[in-house]
Amino acid sequence: MRHRRPVRLALATGIALFLVAVPAGAAMACGGLVAPNGTISLLRTTTLAGYHGGVEHYVTSFSFAGEANAELGSIVPLPGIPTDVTPAGRWTLQRLVQETQPPLLEGEAFAFAADAGTARVLFETEIDALDITVLEGGAVEVGRWATDHGFFLPPDAPEVLEFYAARSPIFLAARFNAARAAEQGVVEGEGTPIHIEIPTPNPWVPLRILGLGRQPTDLVEADVYLLTDREPALLPQATGGVVLERSEEASTSLLADLASDRGMGWLPTEGMWFSHLAIDAEARELHHDLAIDASGFGQPSRIAAGLIPPPEPASAVDLTPAAWLAIAVLLCAGALAVAAVIARPRAEVAG
Amino acid sequence: MRRIALPVLLVLLAGACTHASARDPGRERTIEITMHYSAFDPAEIHVAPGATVRFVLTNADPIDHEFILGDETVQRIHEEGTEAHHGAKPGEITVHAGTTGETTYTFPEGGEVIFGCHSPGHYAYGMRGLVIVG
Repeated sequence: MRHRRPVRLALATGIALFLVAVPAGAAMACGGLVAPNGTISLLRTTTLAGYHGGVEHYVTSFSFAGEANAELGSIVPLPGIPTDVTPAGRWTLQRLVQETQPPLLEGEAFAFAADAGTARVLFETEIDALDITVLEGGAVEVGRWATDHGFFLPPDAPEVLEFYAARSPIFLAARFNAARAAEQGVVEGEGTPIHIEIPTPNPWVPLRILGLGRQPTDLVEADVYLLTDREPALLPQATGGVVLERSEEASTSLLADLASDRGMGWLPTEGMWFSHLAIDAEARELHHDLAIDASGFGQPSRIAAGLIPPPEPASAVDLTPAAWLAIAVLLCAGALAVAAVIARPRAEVAG
Repeated sequence: MRRIALPVLLVLLAGACTHASARDPGRERTIEITMHYSAFDPAEIHVAPGATVRFVLTNADPIDHEFILGDETVQRIHEEGTEAHHGAKPGEITVHAGTTGETTYTFPEGGEVIFGCHSPGHYAYGMRGLVIVG
């Protein structure tokens, strides 16, 4: 039996892999327990994946869990190396929610509420009270970086990190700085939206990450918004609790509203396609991601969707002894041929 | 023919004795276990009654794991316990990410012994196995 929350506490739910760092002063237990029962605190965030001009614009929000849990952090897998991570619009995500879930009260005014080697650090930045680090590395390297920096990884993290690292070795780690949060008066539950610009020919949105740290039968609720240059082909289309609720030309009012928000100047004010996917699935059903083909060819990648693993990179180390011998013979034959040409008398040319 | 058969028989007997010694309670046996994706491989092991076993544990994950041998009571104590790291007691060890550790344990004369990891959430996730003695 599924356990459903009576209401969606957050109207839109984001795509973030939440990891819990050990809070200072917390009682230590076997293996460094965070809580006596080892539970993971999962926060809800809000996400928009826009794709325009070959750049994925990923807008998500991290919620501050209060000073007592100021060490909460998260890691988000990314499809490529971001060129920039900046503060996102103040109400972009809320406006998207309003587009699909209008207020219950008619005539209510729209509220513009603000709400081991180890991995290689590509860059670091601060956004309000958030410390952002973009990492490059395999699952082991990123996992080690995370544990070395005080993140607690749930037991399914090794498999999930490997699932993502096989397709893209880029991850974004975010955690609130307790001191800055206090200085800035960030209150519990307040969201800090960030905007990640990722040039990529092959956009995808991580979904499997939503089940991280959860029990297999835990219900995952999420809303994913897409804004693309044309109607996208999606993979998977409708399966395992992922439902395409809206697929239509984006209204000019929506685009105008969004484009006027901070950092949203990239968004054209017309000719965009709006998609809304509602995710209402058990964690064990989310064993895939969402691949997007907005090129018009209608061929979203099964690899990008996480349905099949990427091909193993060709490696010289994998060559068999027979292959090595064949290569050596060919090289020798080539060298002999070159030597023969060089040694040939030039009389014919001269004559 | 008898001259040939006798040495062959002796050799076969010697081989049989060598094989039996692997199950000899008085001798130490080595068992290798890999920890990957927060699971033990193998997850079921058979040992002789009273055997002393040296466990060589390889943690292939990027997170720390534990290997705690004992009955249900021992497992519950560790699940609710407060020790951040293990290694002083036989059959209890913390294996850090990407490393290998060893612990030696002498089994009782019969029954079953559980082994599990009690890092937060790992035991409930299914990171446990069974040693069958006998």
